[in-house]
Amino acid sequence: MPAFAGLDVQLNLLGFKLAWTLTLSWRNFVELCESYVQESRKTGMSPEDNKSEAKTSDPSKSQSEEMAQHPAEESSPGEPSSVDSVKVADPRIDEGKFATVTRRELLKVAPIIALGAFAIPSLQESLLKKGLAFSDWASARLFRQLHLAPTFTNDKLTPFEKFPINDYDVDDPGVIFENWSLTVSGAIQKPGEYKLDQIKALPRVRQNTRHVCVEGWDVIGRFGGAKLSDFLTMIGADTSARFITVGCADDYYESLDMPTALHPQTLLCYEMYDQPLTREHGAPLRLSIPTKIGYKQAKYLTDLKVTNVLEKVGYWEDQGYSSFYGL
Amino acid sequence: MSGVILEITRTKGEETVAIGRAAYEHPLPVRLCHWANAISLFVMVGSGLQIFRAFPSFGAKIPQKDLIHWPKAFAIGGWLGGALQWHLTFMWIYMATGLIYLGYEIFSGNYRQILFTHRDIPGIWPMIRHYFFFGPKPEQREAYNPLQKHAYTTVIGLGVLSVLTGLAIWKPVQLSWLAALMGGFHLARLWHFLIMWAMLAFVLGHLVMVLLHGWNNFISMLTGWKKDPEY
Repeated sequence: MPAFAGLDVQLNLLGFKLAWTLTLSWRNFVELCESYVQESRKTGMSPEDNKSEAKTSDPSKSQSEEMAQHPAEESSPGEPSSVDSVKVADPRIDEGKFATVTRRELLKVAPIIALGAFAIPSLQESLLKKGLAFSDWASARLFRQLHLAPTFTNDKLTPFEKFPINDYDVDDPGVIFENWSLTVSGAIQKPGEYKLDQIKALPRVRQNTRHVCVEGWDVIGRFGGAKLSDFLTMIGADTSARFITVGCADDYYESLDMPTALHPQTLLCYEMYDQPLTREHGAPLRLSIPTKIGYKQAKYLTDLKVTNVLEKVGYWEDQGYSSFYGL
Repeated sequence: MSGVILEITRTKGEETVAIGRAAYEHPLPVRLCHWANAISLFVMVGSGLQIFRAFPSFGAKIPQKDLIHWPKAFAIGGWLGGALQWHLTFMWIYMATGLIYLGYEIFSGNYRQILFTHRDIPGIWPMIRHYFFFGPKPEQREAYNPLQKHAYTTVIGLGVLSVLTGLAIWKPVQLSWLAALMGGFHLARLWHFLIMWAMLAFVLGHLVMVLLHGWNNFISMLTGWKKDPEY
């Protein structure tokens, strides 16, 4: 390694050398590592130290002191003998100048105080909102249409009786199934009321996926239904629109970004564990979205709209929870 | 530039005498990252514990058996929604300061004074004996003794793991490979929790040591300079 190259360049070169050796041959890589270890054992310094003046050299021990304590150690071959070098006295500075230096260095750290803005009540809410929005933006960027959520074999399923029920109002809002229909509107060609049989006529998907609650617990459930993307095709939806919004029988409401709505695992779900949904689990129709957090997977759907504008995002989002919350 | 030692002088009339020495230990990037990360870590732990309160268990939801009831007074955010806002905001600051610190240490070569290597292994026991069992004080030859190097190297590793486990919990689908490495979402949540406690153990030891080693040492993390270094 060229002696004139600075430490940072040498480190880069060393890194590349190691990485290149590793890609070529594991054996060569091991030998290269061993040669470094051996050399550093011999001289007490790494080979890079031998070849250049170490900027972080130990200032309190001179080379001659070092040699005196370890007489058996050979100096690295080819290097000029360092026995004659004398300890150089430390550079001097007047105490007044030193005070100026330390004061200036302290000022350089002062920008940290900017973080204190989060402690100011009038700024806190908007700062946190911006932070959350940034996380949502990053999540949306990370989302991939074709990346599937993990699925599981039947033996991994959480037993049905251990599948929790969460609601915001009541477990059972008293839907009358004979009268039930999904009211569909917005940027679509075929608006109107859709009965459950029409949704059941679409190809049925059954999948075992992990349901993650924002509270922190998770279960693995078996969900069955029609792909939301198939339903959107059936109603002639404009899939260049940005959002799907849904309304529910218990006045819960949610929204979904179109990329997620079109994801192959996003279901208009009418079954759990191969049985029709029970009332508490959202009968007759709910969303099942393995790429989203639990609260996005609205139950007891009554309305669906394809739109570009969101007046409200969702029940929990409008309280301050994340809007995108993709998993 | 760290490693530079100066002799402080005072001039009285004609005479100039040396009144002490000072070592430049902490370059500006190190200091900025230290304080930014300290504040971020405080917020991450506080908000993380509030998030934990929403489901303080690593077992099933039904039946739920809570591990511990962490007091709301020792958490940040007030409620799950608030805590998530703090956590998902400060994680970016936490990750950025960590990356900047790591990058600086590697590319400036400053890591040498703090990275624990095989050469430091013999020095560990004498240091432990001195700190905890009243053994003799080993001669200090470098800016950081072997035990310090071990602590500071380990905590960086823990920091990296705290981010990786956190990302696995936040994005168990998009980063499913990462979550899988940890045994899945459910286990990743546990590792995240345990790593937090390991980092808190470091913080406790670190604060005790800072208190015991006096003003000059503490102030060096603000100005970069440590007066009257032991080496």
